[in-house]
Amino acid sequence: MIYSEKVMEHFQNPRNVGKIEDADGVGEVGNPVCGDMMTFYIKVENNRLVDIKFQTFGCGAAIAVSSMVSEIAMGKTIEEALKITNKMVAEELGGLPKNKLHCSNLGADALHKAIEDYLQKQSQKEEDEKAEKTVSEKEKPREISCPYCEGPLKGLEEYCRACQIELEECPECGLPRKKGDKCPHCGATRVRV
Amino acid sequence: MRRAYLDHIAATPVAPEVQKAMEPFLGVKFGNPQSLHFIGQEAREAIENAREQVASLINSRPEEIIFTSSGSEANNLALKGLALAYQKKGNHLLLSSTEHQSVLHSGKFLEKLGFEVETLPVDSYGRVDPDEVRRAIKPQTILVAVMMANSEVGTIQAFKEIAFICAEKEVLFHTDGVAYVGNLPVDVESFPVSSLSLAGHQFYGPMGVGALFVKKGTRLFPLVDGGIQEGGRRAGTENVAGIVGLGRAAFLAKEKMKDWQKKIIPLRDQLISELPRQVEQVILTGHPQDRLPYHASFCIQFIEGEAMLLNLDLKGIAASSGSACTSRALKASHVLLAMGLDHALAQGSIVFSLINGNTKEDIDYLLEVFPPIITRLRKMSPLYAQFKEGQK
Repeated sequence: MIYSEKVMEHFQNPRNVGKIEDADGVGEVGNPVCGDMMTFYIKVENNRLVDIKFQTFGCGAAIAVSSMVSEIAMGKTIEEALKITNKMVAEELGGLPKNKLHCSNLGADALHKAIEDYLQKQSQKEEDEKAEKTVSEKEKPREISCPYCEGPLKGLEEYCRACQIELEECPECGLPRKKGDKCPHCGATRVRV
Repeated sequence: MRRAYLDHIAATPVAPEVQKAMEPFLGVKFGNPQSLHFIGQEAREAIENAREQVASLINSRPEEIIFTSSGSEANNLALKGLALAYQKKGNHLLLSSTEHQSVLHSGKFLEKLGFEVETLPVDSYGRVDPDEVRRAIKPQTILVAVMMANSEVGTIQAFKEIAFICAEKEVLFHTDGVAYVGNLPVDVESFPVSSLSLAGHQFYGPMGVGALFVKKGTRLFPLVDGGIQEGGRRAGTENVAGIVGLGRAAFLAKEKMKDWQKKIIPLRDQLISELPRQVEQVILTGHPQDRLPYHASFCIQFIEGEAMLLNLDLKGIAASSGSACTSRALKASHVLLAMGLDHALAQGSIVFSLINGNTKEDIDYLLEVFPPIITRLRKMSPLYAQFKEGQK
């Protein structure tokens, strides 16, 4: 057999095969021309990889490497997982034939790519949240009330049902005032053109 | 555990009578055929007897047979030996794109020497169009090489038709018969062929011995210089036991070929019709009818060949694959790519090649264990997941 016992064991009983539908990060490497393709899915909680799944199209080494990478990385922090090297994976597998070493490169690469994807999504999320905040502040509908009776108003140019006066938006401060009257907020008398 | 050997293309088992014929030459009959003494002459006679046996298999004259160390060496000798001998006539060579590497790489070597080497395209079954050969032959063309049959996809070429075109155009025609000779009848008198290669391990003879038929009157530049062995066309002390084995195997093949075919063809056909019925997205590679009697080759979509071979091996089944991962060089099969298959599909290559002695039970066993292996590997494959999503 060209492979070590450990490789064959992982090849026959690969751990963590599959897909995480709501993955926090996805990493895809390889293509059919080079022979192998791997996709890693990760789930992160409190900066730890709480779930890892993979799909692999490739040879025995590629499958064993994927399985081993998922096993090593499971439960590790993002920082620890990023430190997993190709060499480490090959060593854990009891060595790989020389011409199959590139498969071990793919394994760690796919995991790291999934983590990068996660980190990118995280920073994107933070940015989005920030952006959302500023947007919400700007567009938060101001509570408007009639300056004369303090009854609620739906819009700026409303007829106040409570005190039965017609209101308009003050061209100076943008708040409601009695149509054609002096603004009770800013005292402006200018009429909107 | 049950075992089934389905890797004819790698090597056929040595027939008991072949082994028996070889044994004395690995022991008591150790003489050098070039020696004048009785023990040398014994070996010499054995070699000449083997030469007659091989010649008889392809209906040539004994003196037209050159023993080599392998089919690869025979192909090298043909390509380089003929090109160098006829270089004053021209420098253009035509090789089919699905030739064995020993032919294609010999072509590359000749390119370095200044020859112009052109490859002939093949159709999706791996066949060269004889008309294409006719069109591609130039005034400078000296040699055309199209194999008899391809070992990866089993397709049999229209080698006779191509040979007649070459004869008409006065161009040499070499054909690689390694996968074909000993399994199907060959008569070199029935078509104008300049040279033809064959190898022992493809028809129940030993490995490490082959032969090149070179038509009488054809000049050949030797590649191994030295003594006068093989009429000065291939120096080096002979592999007497191997040659004796090759001769005995040729004798056996001539006698038994028809019986082998009768047994093997129904098994091949069972496999070819059953596997695609049991598993979705399985493609037969090579020609459905014009194929080697022992050959059933497929591409299993979405998974890779080496992973299949390892799983089959664990179940006691020996097979082959043309996938990139299986090859030491990690390159996809040039044969499958030349036939227009994409890389992903070529990765799913699997070749089952039968030997005399295989039974229906072997095929039944394969059909029992192989589909679950495919299912298991597909469950891991991102390509299969994509395919399934696409189907929804």
